[in-house]
Formats: sequence, structure tokens, C-alpha cells
Amino acid sequence: MFSFELLLDAVVIGVLLGCFYAAVSLGLSVSFGLLDVPHVAHPAFLVLASYAVYVLNEHYGIDPLLAGLLITPFLFVFGLAAYRLYYETFEKRGSDAGVRGIAFFFGIAFIIEVLIILQFGVDQRSVTATYVGKALRIGDMRIPFRLIVAFVVAAALTILLTLYLSKTFMGRAIRAVAQDQEALRLMGANPIQIKQWAFGIATAVLGVAGALLIIVAPVEPTLDRTYIGRTFCVVVMAGLGSMSGTLVAAIILGVAETIVLTLFGASWAPAISFAMLLGILAVRPQGLFGRRS
Amino acid sequence: MKRNGIFFWVGAVVFLIVIALITKLIGNEYPFFAGYVILQFIVLAVAWSILGGHAGYVNFGTSAFFGMGVYTAVFLFKVAGAPLLVQIAAAAAVGALMGFLLGLLTLRMQGIFFSIATIALTIVIETSITNWRYVGGAAGIQLQRPPVTWPFSGYVQMLFFVQAVLVVLAVAVSRYIQNSWIGRGLQALRDDELAAECTGVPTLKLKVLACVISGALMCAAGAPAAMYLQYADPSSAFNLNYSVSVLAMSLIGGTAHWAGPIVGAILLASTQQLLTVTISSEVNVLVLGVMLVLFVVAAPEGLIGLLRRLLRKEGK
Repeated sequence: MFSFELLLDAVVIGVLLGCFYAAVSLGLSVSFGLLDVPHVAHPAFLVLASYAVYVLNEHYGIDPLLAGLLITPFLFVFGLAAYRLYYETFEKRGSDAGVRGIAFFFGIAFIIEVLIILQFGVDQRSVTATYVGKALRIGDMRIPFRLIVAFVVAAALTILLTLYLSKTFMGRAIRAVAQDQEALRLMGANPIQIKQWAFGIATAVLGVAGALLIIVAPVEPTLDRTYIGRTFCVVVMAGLGSMSGTLVAAIILGVAETIVLTLFGASWAPAISFAMLLGILAVRPQGLFGRRS
Repeated sequence: MKRNGIFFWVGAVVFLIVIALITKLIGNEYPFFAGYVILQFIVLAVAWSILGGHAGYVNFGTSAFFGMGVYTAVFLFKVAGAPLLVQIAAAAAVGALMGFLLGLLTLRMQGIFFSIATIALTIVIETSITNWRYVGGAAGIQLQRPPVTWPFSGYVQMLFFVQAVLVVLAVAVSRYIQNSWIGRGLQALRDDELAAECTGVPTLKLKVLACVISGALMCAAGAPAAMYLQYADPSSAFNLNYSVSVLAMSLIGGTAHWAGPIVGAILLASTQQLLTVTISSEVNVLVLGVMLVLFVVAAPEGLIGLLRRLLRKEGK
């Protein structure tokens, strides 16, 4: 029943899927990994972006990836506002920010879920594009085009964000604020503005990520709950805030999921990411490429 | 016993007598159907606050405990046709065991990582139950209620009364903890775990104890739900809505006093019952989200905190 070809198949699909997981986790890697914001609404924002892409595609016939780019500026502004609200209500007041913050973001996630349900209903939605539904054949192997698109875009996105964080002034400032906020303040910079900017970037990335989400598979309003596990698993496994680590961790998750899927069936799939997350938290909380020891 | 304590127990007995009388006096089943849910949420919120309020460990795994309670009952009922009380007792034991394991987890994780781990735990357990054919798998399982026993006139009335007893039990435990060395120790470790440990507070023992008590109560509250609905399926028994609702109730009421979660649960659960009947269950979730955000932002200490602040101002 289980052959070498099947395993190879699973690994190839798993790597592609993993790159896609990296794309949807990058934003969280910045917001939770670097800024320590307990952003459990990240997957809800992601699904929201997918629905925006769906509307642009369905009503105006815009290509999903282009639609994802189009909504990026709006998401950026949305992210700036969201961080401002979070900062004013939690970080500024000091104590207990993490715990109340997670409750706050859960509330936001639920509100987004219901608003989507009220607007679009609970049915699954998908997009139309030339590359959705076709597949590339290599020998006996069948690789769906949508996964290849996701792979290419995800890789590009990861490289861009890595370069941004290491080469540009603002990117380095973001990493500096993650390392030592007080030191930054002493240098005369305003850490809050930098963090706000970073949160904006983290949210803006969701435009293209949301497009990929709806390209890879149809979306439904409560899809964010599964992605809480996947995104947090990837970010925690990567070691908070490491971009290249995010890619590697996402690929590990992707391969693990497809192998379990092939061996035991789809009904076990939702537990993989959460089980890995639990295991990592218990055994190696600093992740594979952790910035903290 | 202090005067306060006497008042509390007299109140509890009066409460149970009133509940028992109501089950005799009202013929219509619906009020019990709705009331049961409110009582159930009181137990869950009070139990949650034992760990979440006193110790400050935010547990998002309420649905894991609730769902395990449901499925412990389902399993025992299917295997041996066990009576309701046995189901509840067994669920409490399962919950205590789960709580013990959760307590050990706190050794390695704190703050938000603990919260994320509890969400993860919920999904892992839910998936395992989904793949367990014997208890119905993903499709769920139908249950036939046994005939009701004297002195109750209907099964729902009996469940209503049983849940009321659980409310009294949970509140008594929570009240005891708040006023005893356990509560003081938990509060010390909430404020500063390291400092508490250094001054000789047995933090691990206390955390595990809080997890065990909280877990046992939450699981016990879930057990009668199987017979209440006469049906169980993993995605509703382990629904994340339970976790978030219970968190919202505790935060809305305020966790600084044992009465806070009760107030929050009554308020939110009755609003939700009303909304589900009059509008729809989606709006229900919307209200939950809005209330949660509103209270966390505007009244972080909950209603009890607001009340205290008001009283203090009056005093000045």
C-alpha cells in the first residue's frame, strides 16, 4: 500500500505546500515573532484578505494575485490602525498585555468570522484563473499548478521580506526594536512608531498570502481556526522572528502533513500542526532557530 | 464558621429548594432547556476562574474539558448504560487527570505560550475523538435517554436540577479557594511567580491543584450535555466557542471575586439564549466577540472591578 513513489509524491507536494504555509505565516513571524503581539486574529485577517480577493475576482474578473497586490496598501493602513489600538489599550497600560491581548484578538477574530458569514454565507468560495485546476505532469507525478504558483510566490515573498529586514534602514530598525526597545529609545528613536510600521508590514503581506490561500483551496469563514494551528506552529518552530527559519519550519510542517495524509487519511490532518506545536512548546520552546536561548 | 459562610450556605440551600420547586411548578419544558445552558455556563466560568482568575493562567482549553466530559458520558452510556451520576463522577475523574497533565505543562510554559498550548491540546483531542469510530466518529452519535426516575417529572427537569447542584458545588469550591491559603498562594504566583517561589510558596503544587480542580469541574459540567442533547458530535462538543464564551464571561464579570464569573455567565449566557431564539446563532457569536473586545478594552477588571471602583469613589 505504501510505496517509494507515494512517499516521493508526498514529499514533493509537502515541500510545495510548506512554502505556501511559509507565505501565510510570514506576517505572524513579524507580529508575534518580532513584536511579541499575541496576534491570534492573524489567520482571521488572512481569511478576510482572501474574501477581498474573491470579491475582486468574482465581480471585476481581476487575477487573484493582482487582486492580492491591490489590497495590500489597504491592509497596511489597517495594520497600522490595529497596532495603534492594541498599543493604546494594552502595551501602554503595561501589565498583563499578553493575556488580555490574546482575549482581545480572539474577540476580533470572532467578529471578522461572523461579518464574513453575514455577508457571504457559510458556503465555500473559490477564484477563477487560468492556473487554477490544471496540473503539471512529470512522469507519473501530478503537481497541481496552483501549488506551483503558491510555491513561486511564497519563495519570492520570503526572500523579499528577509532582504527588507536585513538590508533596509527600516527593516533593521524593526529587528532592533525586537532586540532591545529601551536601547532604541535611548538612541532617540521612537520604538512605538517602528513597531507600528512593522505591524503594518506584517498585515500588508497578508494581501498576497490571502490570494494564495484562496488559490490553493476554497475558503470558508471559519477556516481561520485551522490556520491558528498552522501559523503558530510554523512561527514557534522557526524560533520567534526568524524569516529563513519560517521557511524551513513551514516545509517541515508541509511534508509532515502530506505524509500523515497519505498514510492515515485526511481526518487526522487538522491535528498535525497542533500536535507539532504542542511538542515544540514542551520540548524546545525556543524553536529550531531561536533568537532566545 | 463565619457569618458570611452561614449566609452563603443558607443561600445555596434556598437556591436548590427554589430550583426543585420550579421543576415541579412549571409544566413547559422550554424554560429548563434554556436555564440548563445558563447553569452550565456558570459552572464552566466559575471553574475556569479558579485557574484563570486566581493564578492568571489563561486556559483556552475549556472546550477540551467540556468535550471530554461529553464523551466520557457517551462512552460509559454506550458501554454499560451507566446512570447519569456515574457519568458525571467519571467525567470529573477524567477532568482531574487532564488537569493534572495540564498542570505539569505549566512547568515549561507561561503566559501566551500556555494559552496557545491549550488551544493545541483541544484540537488534538478533538481529532482523536473524530477518528474514534466506537463513539460515533465525525458523524456523531444518537443517544436514547433512559426513563426518568422519581421525584422528577421529566428528564430535562432532572438535568436542570443536577446542573444546579454542580453550580453550588463549583461556587462553594471557588469561594473556599479564594478565602484560603490556596487562593492567596495562587495570587502570589500570579503577581510574580519567581518571587512567590523564592518566598516559599509551593508554586508547582498550587498550579497543579488549581488545574485539577478546575479541570474536574469543567469536565463534570460537560457530562450531562450528552443526555441533554441526546446527541454528541466532536465538532460541536469541542467547539472553540465554549472556550471563548467562558473566557468572555469571566472577564466580563471580573475575576477578582468569586461572584464575578457568575455575574458574567448569567449576563452573557442569557443574552445568548435570547439572541439565538430571536435572531440567529451567528449574531450570537458577533455579540460574544464585541462584548469580549469591549470589556477587555474598556473595563479590564470586569463588572466587579467597575463596581469596586464606584464604591471606592463614594467612600472618598
